[in-house]
Amino acid sequence: MAKSYYEKIARINLTTGEIKIEKLDLDLARKFIGGRGLGTKILYDEGVATVDPLSPENKLIYITGPMTGTASPSSGRYMVVTKSPLTGMIACSNSGGIWGAKLKYAGWDALIVEGEAPDWTYINIVDDKIELLDARKYFGMMSEQIDEELKAVHGPKSSVLNIGPAGENKVLMAAIMNDKDRAAGRSGVGAVMGSKKLKAIVVTATRTNIEDIIHDVPALKAANAECLKIIRENSVTGQGLKTYGTAVLVNIVNNIGAFPTNNWQGSYYTKGDDISGETLADTYLVKNSACHRCPIACGRVVNVNGKVVGGPEYEPLWAYGGNCGNNDLNTIDEANMLCNELGLDAISVPCTIAAAMELYQRGYIKEEECDGVPLEWGSTKALIEWTKRIGQPDSPLAWLMSSGSARLCEHYGHPEISMSVKKQEMPAYDARAVQGIGITYATSNRGGCHVRGYMISPEVLGLPQQLDRTVTDEKAFWAKTFQDLTAVIDSMGNCLFTSFALGAPQYAALLNAATGTNYTPDELLVVGDRIYNIERMFNKAAGMKPEDDRLPKRLYEEPITNGPSEGQISKIKLTLPQYYEARGWVDAFPTDETLKKLGLDECVGK
Amino acid sequence: MIEVRLFATLRKDRGKVMQLPASEFSDGVSILEHFAIPREEVAIFLINGFHSKPEDPVKDGDILAIFPPVGGG
Ligand code: SF4
Repeated sequence: MAKSYYEKIARINLTTGEIKIEKLDLDLARKFIGGRGLGTKILYDEGVATVDPLSPENKLIYITGPMTGTASPSSGRYMVVTKSPLTGMIACSNSGGIWGAKLKYAGWDALIVEGEAPDWTYINIVDDKIELLDARKYFGMMSEQIDEELKAVHGPKSSVLNIGPAGENKVLMAAIMNDKDRAAGRSGVGAVMGSKKLKAIVVTATRTNIEDIIHDVPALKAANAECLKIIRENSVTGQGLKTYGTAVLVNIVNNIGAFPTNNWQGSYYTKGDDISGETLADTYLVKNSACHRCPIACGRVVNVNGKVVGGPEYEPLWAYGGNCGNNDLNTIDEANMLCNELGLDAISVPCTIAAAMELYQRGYIKEEECDGVPLEWGSTKALIEWTKRIGQPDSPLAWLMSSGSARLCEHYGHPEISMSVKKQEMPAYDARAVQGIGITYATSNRGGCHVRGYMISPEVLGLPQQLDRTVTDEKAFWAKTFQDLTAVIDSMGNCLFTSFALGAPQYAALLNAATGTNYTPDELLVVGDRIYNIERMFNKAAGMKPEDDRLPKRLYEEPITNGPSEGQISKIKLTLPQYYEARGWVDAFPTDETLKKLGLDECVGK
Repeated sequence: MIEVRLFATLRKDRGKVMQLPASEFSDGVSILEHFAIPREEVAIFLINGFHSKPEDPVKDGDILAIFPPVGGG
């Protein structure tokens, strides 16, 4: 029997209030691991691809992986899988903290939330007991305050997941927050939760580990010890991320000229050091922090105007920094804190502000639309105010911006200004200067995203080996392999950052010890391939077209205008066909032969 | 002149941005020696924004950016 699952899923219907306990299908779990893979498979099978994402018909799955809650490194993670209101395609947002581990300790592999509550509700879970409670008094509160209040009600051992005002307002970039400053940030998963009038989920568990269901406890201990040793000895995961967090990337990416500025009009920021991890460490950093059972501890805790809060990662440092022409670090810290309080995606929101700033620069957005806060490059007032307005929209422009840059730019007749893929904003690496990451962006099933195949690792950081960032050779194959391995890690419930040090053999050892499977590293990558393909089939059913696998025109028509990578352009038109060939896809979708090879017979002919 | 930019832990007791006379340095190795930076502390060595090796030649006007092993995002 496969272990490391409690074999229990709670199906909670908010319309009727009915809570059903279902048995996890272990064969399915083996085939899709858990988390991202299994969550997507469940959504696909239940026909969610064709529903309106903000209707009661959409389903919201909170799902752990078999490694969630084990003693394996960085394993406190859970995933939120649903149909995204931002992209209209699959959403899978991953978060750390401890909430996911507690859900597992309470004995649940997943929660499937359906319907729409008659009024604001929260779910309270205490071990195997689940109840729906009145959340009306928490309506309108900032995420952090809800966390504190619900903890006061349910005790210090509880862990809280919730949406802030942005989710209530169904802002298409709303995040789901847990443990105060951890976020399932992307693709608007918070808006889906808001559309269901579900304010929070509180979990309290008696168990503090899941040793009772581990297949082979000594083997898992040995695999853990081996992984921990590799992580500690690796200079990136052992020291680098602890000291500077992901913020250390600012200077690296800027110095190769891949740091987009002013909504990707440039790609080198002369004031980059002002907003770097090094400067953060010298100024506002209070200490580092770690998610549950994480030896890497990449989290930042910063002082924002006297308040000690979770600090920015690399992405918001770039997005609220160079991408908006701003070098004021305190403003970035403050805007990042506002995103956490309002429950907003700290990548898409500042990128949408950057797009609005370009629309303003070109005269498409008029000053009179800005309600006294013009969208000028580098305006710290604009960054703070427009973040608040996006979280709690109160004007026509604020509502437009709250739906993301693609809809905003479309409205003004200039879709080319939105730096997004599948309507989700791209993160902080210019794909004109780094060829492989462009493949990841263009083909990511959840739209513009770097953590679906982090090609920055080989192309910029030299891990596991240094690739020339300017060439296209073999990049399609690399991108596919990274995407497949990432799908496995996301499904297991470990943090992707462990992969700076660990590879497929270590993940296979962990998974096999915990669940009793016998995957070889290569077989595990095939599982990743299967997961990538089921996501793609979900998107196909949702109406995705081949032309949705594209980069914004600026990246292949306008060469970089400044810095070390001046003159470079994305060669995505060359690499995309190579990628499809590597995947066994034609025109962006798997052939029946590919589906059969991956054991996805149920998708054949669809 | 050659501009040398140091990052992360390499800045400690050395500084952030330094200008060196090009005539006194022929390659990156001589520059690492100048700053007493052990080779194993160098993970990323950029010349004018492109990944290079310390053995590569350097010339007047070059910008070097040197990073220890650090991490990602
Ligand atoms: S590496 Fe960072 S994000 Fe990942 S689990 Fe550890 S602290 Fe959390």
